[in-house]
Amino acid sequence: MQDDIAVQVEHVSKTFKLPHEKQTSIKGALIGALRRGNRSFERQQVLDDVTFDVKKGEFFGIVGRNGSGKSTLLKILSGIYQPTTGSVQVSGKLIPFIELGVGFNYELTGRENVYLNGALLGFNRTEMQAMYDEIVDFAEIERFMDQKLKNYSSGMQVRLAFSIAIRARSDILILDEVLAVGDESFQQKCIDVFEQYKAQKKTVILVTHDMASVNRFCSRALLIDNSKVVEVGKPAKIADMYTKLNQQQIDKQTESRNELAEAGSFQAKITDTSGRPVTSFRTDDNLNISFAWTDKLKLQNIGAAIMKETGEMLYGVNTLELDSMKDVVATGRRSFDLSIKLNLGPGRYYVMYGAFGADRHQSLEFHDKGPSFIVKKDSTMDWEGIVNLEADWHGSDK
Amino acid sequence: MEIVHRIFSKQNRALLSELVRTDFKLRYQGSVLGYAWSLLRPLMLFGILYVIFALVIKSGDNIPHFPVYLLLGVVLWTFFTDMTTQSLGSIVGRGDLIRKIRIPRWTIVFSSSISALINLGLNLVVVVVVVAINRVDIMSSILWLPLILIEVYVFALGISLFLSAAFVKFRDIGYIWEVILQLGFYITPILYSMTIIPARYQKLQLLNPMAQAIQDARFAVVTHDPKVITVARVFNNGPYMLIPFVIVIVVFFIGLAYFRSRSQSFAEDI
Repeated sequence: MQDDIAVQVEHVSKTFKLPHEKQTSIKGALIGALRRGNRSFERQQVLDDVTFDVKKGEFFGIVGRNGSGKSTLLKILSGIYQPTTGSVQVSGKLIPFIELGVGFNYELTGRENVYLNGALLGFNRTEMQAMYDEIVDFAEIERFMDQKLKNYSSGMQVRLAFSIAIRARSDILILDEVLAVGDESFQQKCIDVFEQYKAQKKTVILVTHDMASVNRFCSRALLIDNSKVVEVGKPAKIADMYTKLNQQQIDKQTESRNELAEAGSFQAKITDTSGRPVTSFRTDDNLNISFAWTDKLKLQNIGAAIMKETGEMLYGVNTLELDSMKDVVATGRRSFDLSIKLNLGPGRYYVMYGAFGADRHQSLEFHDKGPSFIVKKDSTMDWEGIVNLEADWHGSDK
Repeated sequence: MEIVHRIFSKQNRALLSELVRTDFKLRYQGSVLGYAWSLLRPLMLFGILYVIFALVIKSGDNIPHFPVYLLLGVVLWTFFTDMTTQSLGSIVGRGDLIRKIRIPRWTIVFSSSISALINLGLNLVVVVVVVAINRVDIMSSILWLPLILIEVYVFALGISLFLSAAFVKFRDIGYIWEVILQLGFYITPILYSMTIIPARYQKLQLLNPMAQAIQDARFAVVTHDPKVITVARVFNNGPYMLIPFVIVIVVFFIGLAYFRSRSQSFAEDI
């Protein structure tokens, strides 16, 4: 390993054996042993040939979606899991914080917990004494140190845990999603410490979902997806790729939901003005809903509404008094379009729609969760909220 | 020497001392007498046994200083059961640590064993008191006692390592061990004199390292009376008398090897 490298990860793969039913009894193991021929477990590959290194003095970000293998990678870096193949080399003292306050004992006082936690991290009493004041200072809980931890508020517990994490003297620090703790002033303090670390050229590995902190602190970052390293590079680029990856996922979900909604005898499809199916719009785009139905449906009237993701109706119409609809019914056509100027703020929305007979209360088919779409912010958008009411400012000269 | 140095590195020593300290602080949480119970409990338990077995049932068969004889057996057996049962659940009990922090796994079992050792020390204080009250003549053979204690410790440690690792995968072990300990309590000469056992079974009985250790400790500390039957006596100092010691060493290394092979995947298996 070269001198300037703090952590070197080479071709690390990790496979978990997942038995279909966990055997935690001897009977289970005996039966399992008898059936050795067709033992039922799945192999799940969580990491696939992961290679990268973290240089000394680097603030290194690891980002990835849930289930991408990020946490497993972290546990392997920390030495909690052993890689199935490949190797991890660490130079210097590495302290992982997978979770805050691991090993805290609620029956002990704050002071005793500091020493216990220190020992778990590999510091003896003398070393902890040297750090003690700093830790307590940072956590701002001097007065409570001789009280039992169970009497602490959850905020105080988190602050104490985080202070130990941040003040513990290590060469390499691994932090997992811990920025989101404490109130605003404490968060600010943590950010200050991160800035300090960055200035001091301390080696930090930060695992997070928050692209803002990746951009702000990291000197390099790694994107992991589907058990593989997608890219290692500049934080801005990684953050961008990560956002795109997430967007793809959202689009996929929307599409599959829309497909599902299409499968009835009465269908609604969201398109743009030229008739192409889309799911994503800008704030003042026009949206088109194409309705189509089968012969069997003796439809006289269509009702449709735009719904906010949370379930409130924003706008609803029907074709009850519409002459053109009567024409459609009379001629036996089986499609009709509705176009709407969106005027909506950014967010997720969906369409609720239904087919009715001659009597407006006779519902033939009803889709309370129809196709959905998202509205993105337009760069020219000069208002806030859900709906653009197109207000005008006036001078007061009447 | 290198390996001992690595095992008892500064970090591991600090960790062990904190784990043991915590264990002790929490043990008598909320009790009025607190640490005094460490001495009171064995004293009271011994009082009961003394009344029943030395005064009522008279299982002592006129062995000199039978109270001390009885107590030594009880103390050693208690140490063995305490240590193995505490260690058994120790890895699973500390699952939160193992899944989230990198600490040497053996320190967890080792810290339970140290807690048990401290208890043994306190119980031995009670033994000293009873020895004094009974005016037992101290013989030079008492020098064997530390070696006997080491033997029992190594035996219990080997079993503890095995049990704690096996318990991660097979939770049945907890119940099985409870039954084995119950059986062990009766086949080991703890409450009775071995003279009530037919001679041909005495050899078999003393192959059990706990039986051998307890009888040897009684011989070393209390009396050389011929009614104290030891492994050396039943085998006439022949080579078979070494069997219990061989068992201890084999058990220890099997336990250690099993623990080492399993410990890599504790974090995933718990």
